[in-house]
Amino acid sequence: MADIHDFKTFETAWCPGCGDFSILESLEGTLAELGLKPHEVLIVGGIGQAAKTPQYLNANGFAGLHGRALPPAAAAKIANHNLKVIINTGDGDSYGEGGNHFIHNIRRNVDMTHFVHNNQIYGLTKGQSSPTSDIGHVTDFTPDGVINQALNPILTAIALGAGFVARAFSGDKDHLKEMMKEAINYNGYALVDILQPCVSFNKVNTFAWYKKRVYKLTGDESYNPNDKIGAMTKALEWGDKIPLGIIYKEEKKSYTDHFEFLRESTLLEIPYDKKLIQSLIEEFVQ
Amino acid sequence: MDYNILIGGAAGQGMDTLASAFSQVLHKRGYQIFTLQDYMSRVRGGHNYFQIRFSDEKVKSHSEVLDGIIALNQETLDLHIGRLKPDGFAFADVEVKSDDKRLITIHAKETAKEAGNVKTMSSVTLGALIKLFNMDEAFMKEIFSEKFDVELTEQNMASFKRGQEMVESRYEIGKGNPEKTMLIQANEAIALGALASGLKFYSAYPMTPSTSIMSYLTRRAKKAKMIVEQAEDELAAINMAIGASYAGVRSMTGTSGGGFSLMTEALGLAGIAEIPLVIAVIQRPGPATGLPTRTEQSDLKFVINASQGEFGRMVIAVRNPEDAFYQTARAFNMADKYQLPVILLGDQYLSDALQTIEPFDLEKISIDRHLADPKPYEEGKVYNRYELSENGISPRLIPGIVPGTAVNIDSDEHDIIGNITEAAEVRIDMVEKRARKFDLLKQELIEPDLLGEENMDILLVGWGSTYSQLSEAVDMLNEVGKNKYGALVFGDIWPLPQKKLMEKARKAKAIINVEQNYYGQLADLIRQETGIAMTASVLRFDGRPLSASEIAKKVKEV
Repeated sequence: MADIHDFKTFETAWCPGCGDFSILESLEGTLAELGLKPHEVLIVGGIGQAAKTPQYLNANGFAGLHGRALPPAAAAKIANHNLKVIINTGDGDSYGEGGNHFIHNIRRNVDMTHFVHNNQIYGLTKGQSSPTSDIGHVTDFTPDGVINQALNPILTAIALGAGFVARAFSGDKDHLKEMMKEAINYNGYALVDILQPCVSFNKVNTFAWYKKRVYKLTGDESYNPNDKIGAMTKALEWGDKIPLGIIYKEEKKSYTDHFEFLRESTLLEIPYDKKLIQSLIEEFVQ
Repeated sequence: MDYNILIGGAAGQGMDTLASAFSQVLHKRGYQIFTLQDYMSRVRGGHNYFQIRFSDEKVKSHSEVLDGIIALNQETLDLHIGRLKPDGFAFADVEVKSDDKRLITIHAKETAKEAGNVKTMSSVTLGALIKLFNMDEAFMKEIFSEKFDVELTEQNMASFKRGQEMVESRYEIGKGNPEKTMLIQANEAIALGALASGLKFYSAYPMTPSTSIMSYLTRRAKKAKMIVEQAEDELAAINMAIGASYAGVRSMTGTSGGGFSLMTEALGLAGIAEIPLVIAVIQRPGPATGLPTRTEQSDLKFVINASQGEFGRMVIAVRNPEDAFYQTARAFNMADKYQLPVILLGDQYLSDALQTIEPFDLEKISIDRHLADPKPYEEGKVYNRYELSENGISPRLIPGIVPGTAVNIDSDEHDIIGNITEAAEVRIDMVEKRARKFDLLKQELIEPDLLGEENMDILLVGWGSTYSQLSEAVDMLNEVGKNKYGALVFGDIWPLPQKKLMEKARKAKAIINVEQNYYGQLADLIRQETGIAMTASVLRFDGRPLSASEIAKKVKEV
């Protein structure tokens, strides 16, 4: 029987009160409740505070480069689709430095789960604005307030054709776990944008700020997450009220489903075929 | 016999079809071929040509002097007639004007129209060309039908036959060699070598002149049960290859200098995280966009030094199609054994040249994965990805294979488990561990090939694709000069193998580096590693390949 303690091990370097703690704890719980074992899971991170998650969890871990969490994660899944591949990394890593990979991995639709710890600020580099910082947000680096428009990850992901797009809040662990489970079980690229406070550097979007605004779509029968236009309208909701839950969902083939030779076994398990190689050489011979 | 034919025109004039069909006929008839490609970075127009050199003996490289010119436009004739032998020939259609006596007018367009399809005009020219060399239509139908449907094959055959009637045979080319040969480009040989090594995952972003590796693999991917992924950019390409390699499959990426510039950070990731990776870097002249479709050897220092920090990497310069196949296979084994990046360094000249060579022998290669035996870990032994072993090589497990065991890699400096650390003593241990395995790798280097005289007066040094021209150049020099000439041509180039170089340099009266760049990057590398300075240099940096006769001439001048 899987147990949450299977995944717990390491000391962390996060600030007390950081939203990352509840995300980590929810993830450990989710993995255990799904009956997964540490060797069956691969956690991939880029660089940043959130991207330290692979370091703090007992599972296969790939702590890569800044902005480059998605490409190795996708390739590892393609190489061995028996692995549950989960990316834990931040808003800067996912939407800023790694923006191009965000776009194209939605197109690629490899079966993997992308948990973005979105605190609307840069933590590791100490307090610069992030791609999701709202206009007017004052930081030490934007003393007159942010003038660039914030990226809307939910709307962007739906527009790019993502098949699973959800939002959660680190302050509601039960709901977060529910979203994590749904995302992990989804066949294809799944994005969960997780709102979290940064106690050290984001003095605007605090725990209380989020708490006051978030509401759950779960249980709301009038909301249909399979309706793309409706989902895009919902994705525009930001400010006084922020919806949590599955904003958009659509079933489709994931990347590896397109390859017949990956139906029976993983790429890793396909044996070397010397005869075939010899025949490829013969094609050049006269 | 040794003939050299140039086929030139604007892009889109059917020159590719003509050159490829002629090369195939020669190959099928048992002749040895070296086909050089010279093209511009555009889809239509411009001036492009193929130079097909063929013989009944081994042809190693291209040659400047021409026996024939097939001019599909005026420009081709005007640009190249100066290189045509006095008894050579030129074929052109009516619209090409010249009062040169060597010009033979081939009414290709009109004849093709009469034969049924104007688009088959290059087959008229091909028919005339084949007849001129006293060959018949054998193999032609086979070649056409590989490319065209039944109707178009018939039309091409009709045009071909009419072309045959236009000229009298002039050359005797004797019988071809009955021994089987391969007709292949070095990039195809790299791709084939990778498949022969068990390549399962190739991710790349298209970039001339490396793209033909990806296109060959794409054509064979389904059959070979492997994945070729066109990445969104080179950052993704290399990071994907690293991810797949981490997960346990042999993986590779390929690019040219510009794309490799984008890959440099991840090169360091493969270094510090100790993930095996093979990268083909096919050079073209830089910097930035440079001359996209031309040749140069100017990225040597770059690939040796690319990426921040210190880590071991291996660089193998590809010298010929044989190297492209066998050294690719070795690159995978070296990458797996030492858990580091191995760069195969090629260039446009070699990558695009189509040559006949002895068929590759699969018995000459092996697949050595050097993975850790999972058994002890299955029985409860604690696994540490970065175990501090004596030779610096840590046990490498594939993630997901051993229950209860996690495989952690990190781009940060890390402890033996693979977790981030800033501890000074751990940092020292890890830097030294990585250095130890790199020192061990140096014991396995292959010394450069020695061409020409063993005890030379004049030592030429080169690397990579100039191998074939240097080989012919030393023969030319030794035939006439009173000095004895020999050449050392490096394949393994980083770390630099030094034994043979030190031995030969001591005795030689002069050492001359022959390179396709401006600054003499091999010369710099040799001086940096051994203190040996060159006496003189032969360098070319206009994007065009050095020829054997040019090397011989320039060596005598310096």
